[in-house]
Amino acid sequence: MSGVPLSWWLVLATALFGIGALGVVTRRNALVVLMSLELMLNGVNVAFLAFARARGDSLAHAAVFIVMAVAAAEVAVGLALAIALFRHGGNVDLDRARRMKG
Amino acid sequence: MTAEVVVFWVLAVATVAGALCVVLPPMGRNPLHAAIALLATFFFLSGLFVLLSAHLVAVLQVLVYAGAVMVLFTFVVMLLNLRRHELAGPRPTLFKALGAAAVLAVTTKVAMVVAAALADAPAAADLPDGFGGGRDVAGNLLIDYLVPFELTSILLLVAIVGALAIARRTPGGEPDRAPGGDA
Repeated sequence: MSGVPLSWWLVLATALFGIGALGVVTRRNALVVLMSLELMLNGVNVAFLAFARARGDSLAHAAVFIVMAVAAAEVAVGLALAIALFRHGGNVDLDRARRMKG
Repeated sequence: MTAEVVVFWVLAVATVAGALCVVLPPMGRNPLHAAIALLATFFFLSGLFVLLSAHLVAVLQVLVYAGAVMVLFTFVVMLLNLRRHELAGPRPTLFKALGAAAVLAVTTKVAMVVAAALADAPAAADLPDGFGGGRDVAGNLLIDYLVPFELTSILLLVAIVGALAIARRTPGGEPDRAPGGDA
């Protein structure tokens, strides 16, 4: 029925995860880093759903639901941290936030 | 090529392009532009989820990500109102170059291994009636995964309280904005 092979879906998931990880590693604006984290989580969701489709088992959909809830919580706390960072330094530049650097 | 494959390619290319727009400096330099690219990426992903017969998850993707999360992002971007010199692109350093190279190497390797290992895996099983619909997923969540589902609500409560505690203005505290200082 589905003409798209499982491996293509997983390559797409890996690409999304990799692009997100690239953003987390290289960007220094805290907001863009949070957006990149969302991309990584969405890549994981694609992999979950692709396996669910290939196995005909929808248990993974519940896992995706929980990943979404965790992502929403993560964004709320992350953006609160960005606001706190901005209050202290006047910017959200992660390269300049080094008060907690050892 | 079947219609499904064509739709997959269109949506997959659009998704990856949107994700690259979020991450790479030309567009991602301005957080608001990055947020809009992320919004487009979420919509394309929702289309991909429909292609995977995950109808409820596709709806949730639009509601939760394209709705709630993006509102939060744009709200904070506009609240902070960053000035132009604060919107510089990534500052290249040795560590970042090493990190980017490591990420690229690992993800390329993983993609190659996965593609080779699953090259002749069955693409799709026969789907039961109502696969991925509300009744199906709700049964999973409220019967098989009831405890994680309830723990999720506690997590959200903790996140709300934590976000309020972190972002609260400390009474009589430091000056609101001290440009140039270390955070």
